[in-house]
Amino acid sequence: MEKFLLKNIDNPNSTDINEYISVGGYKAISKALEMKPADVIDEVKRSGLRGRGGAGFPTGMKWSFAAADPKKPKFILCNADEGEPGTFKDRPILEKNPHLLIEGMIISGYALQAEYGYIYLRGEYPRAKDILKDAIKQAHDKGYLGDNILGKGIRFHLHVHQGAGAYICGEETALIESLEGRRGQPRIKPPFPVNEGFLSKPTVVNNVETLANIPYIMEIGAEAYSKIGSPDCPGPKLYSISGHVKNPGVYELPMGTTLRDIIYAHCGGIRDNKKLKAVIPGGISTPILSPDKIDCPMDFVNMPKHGSMLGSGAVMVFDETVDLAKVCLRAMKFFEHESCGKCTPCREGVGWMRAILERICNGSGNEKDIELLTEVSKNIIGKTFCPLGDSAASVVQSFIKNFRQEFEQHISKEASKEIKAAA
Amino acid sequence: MLSEKAVVEINQIKGRYHDARSSLLPALYVVQREHGWLSPDAVEAVGDLLNVPKAAVKGVSTFYSMFRHKPMGRHLIQLCTNVACMIMGAERLVDILKSRYGLEPNSTTSDGRFSLVIMECIGACGTAPAMLVDTDFYDNLTEQGIVDILENYK
Repeated sequence: MEKFLLKNIDNPNSTDINEYISVGGYKAISKALEMKPADVIDEVKRSGLRGRGGAGFPTGMKWSFAAADPKKPKFILCNADEGEPGTFKDRPILEKNPHLLIEGMIISGYALQAEYGYIYLRGEYPRAKDILKDAIKQAHDKGYLGDNILGKGIRFHLHVHQGAGAYICGEETALIESLEGRRGQPRIKPPFPVNEGFLSKPTVVNNVETLANIPYIMEIGAEAYSKIGSPDCPGPKLYSISGHVKNPGVYELPMGTTLRDIIYAHCGGIRDNKKLKAVIPGGISTPILSPDKIDCPMDFVNMPKHGSMLGSGAVMVFDETVDLAKVCLRAMKFFEHESCGKCTPCREGVGWMRAILERICNGSGNEKDIELLTEVSKNIIGKTFCPLGDSAASVVQSFIKNFRQEFEQHISKEASKEIKAAA
Repeated sequence: MLSEKAVVEINQIKGRYHDARSSLLPALYVVQREHGWLSPDAVEAVGDLLNVPKAAVKGVSTFYSMFRHKPMGRHLIQLCTNVACMIMGAERLVDILKSRYGLEPNSTTSDGRFSLVIMECIGACGTAPAMLVDTDFYDNLTEQGIVDILENYK
C-alpha cells in the first residue's frame, strides 16, 4: 500500500516545511478553504473516518456536534498524550511528519470555526516538543497559521502544551482538566466536551493519527478514502508492534489487516523460531488473546467479536518463554500507579488486584486467589467515571480466561492447605 | 524565589492561553528546569504569579509523576520497565544500575551524579528497552550499552 501517514519520513529533512510542500504537503488546506466549513465536516463524515485514539468514534460526527453548538470560542485539541503501553504510532508523525498533523489541525480548525488549537503532548516526548514548536513556527512564517491564513482572513493559532507524566490525561476530559491547569481527573459525561470542554466551551479532542488522516481525505476525497481497508471503519491505520517479532516497529497498513498478516507477513514472524504464546492486540488495556484468534481483522468492528479491542492498534507479541502471570502483574502495577484516585472501586480495587497477583507471582498465593481476583475485578467494572478501572479489570479477566494455567503453576500448595485448614 | 528570567518566561507563556491557570503546568516546568526540582517555596511563588492558591498548585504538582519534589542528581535517568521493556530485559538493567552505581529506583547516587526514576512507557516499545537521560533518548539498550551511555554523563 502506498504510504500517506508515514510518507517521506525516511527523508532526513522531513520536518522541513519545504520538503513537506515538495511532496504535496499543505495542498489540502487550499482545497479545504475553498469549501464551506460545513462541507468540510460533511466530507469527513462521508469518509467514514473513526477516531484512532482507541474509542473509534466517528470523527465527522464529533465535529458536527461541536460546530452546531453556538457557544464561542471553540477549541480543537490534539491528543498527543500517547501513553498506552505498547503504543508508539504517533511518535513518527510527531517527530518526523509534524506538518501533516499541523495541516490536519488547521483544516479541522477551519471546519469547526475554531481559532485556537493546542497539541497536548506527553512529557515523555521532549524531542517531539522541540520539533513541533519549530514546525509551528515554520508554518506561521509561511502564512499557514496566524491571523490571516493564506490571505483569506481566516485565523488559527496553535500551541504545544506539555503534559507531565499521567496516563489518565489520554482520557479526553482528564486531558481538558490538565490543560486547564488542574489534576488530570476525568469529568463525568454528559456534558460532553463537544458542548462543554476546555474552559466550558465547545471542544473537539482528536488523536494525532486521526488529525493526520484529514489532509488525506481532502486530497483523495471521501469516496476514495472510504474504499481503503475495512468497509465499516476505513482508511490507513498505524499499527505499532512490539515484543518477540523479528521486525518490530510502526507499520502503515489498511485498517482491518489481520493479526496474522501483521505478525508474520509484515513483522517477519516470531524471533528465534520460537512459538507464539499470546498477543495483546491494542495496547496494555485491551484483553489478551490466545494464538487461535490471530486471523481476526484488526479493526473496531471485528476485534470485539473475538474478545478484545482494536484500542490504539498496539500489538504486543509474546513468545513461549514469557511468564504471563508476571506480565499481568506488571500491567496491574501500571494501572495502580496511573489510577487518578477519584473513583474508589478503581483506586482501591486495582491495588488489591496488584497485591493478589504479587503474592501469586511470589509463590505464596493460594488456590482461591484466582477466584478472588475475578471477584475483585467484577466489583470494578461499570463502577467508575472513566474506562481506566474497567480496562484493568477486563485485562485481569482476559488473562485468567485465556491463560489460567499460567497463574495455577505459581499457586503454592502449602498456602492452599493453610487456607483449607483455616476454613 | 523565581529568577527574573523565569518570571519573564512564565508571563510570556500566559499569553498563549485564555486564562492564567492553564499556564500552570508549563510554568512548573520552567521552574523545574531552572532548579532541577520544585521546592515548596518555588511552588508557592508560581501560585502567587498565576494567582492560583498554594494548595491547588501543590495538589497539581504532586499529581504528575514528572514533577520532582526533592533535589535530583546532576543527571536524571528515566528507565521504562513496562511490559514491552520488561520482556526485553529492562529488569536486568535496573539490577545493573543497582550493582554498578548503587542506584535504587527513586534515589540518587551518593556522589549526586545520577537519580533514577522508573517510567511507565516512554513510547519506544518497538526498540525496547529504552530510557531517557535528562532529555536524551536511548533505546535498544543492552547490559553493556547502558553502562557505555552513562559513562558520557559525569
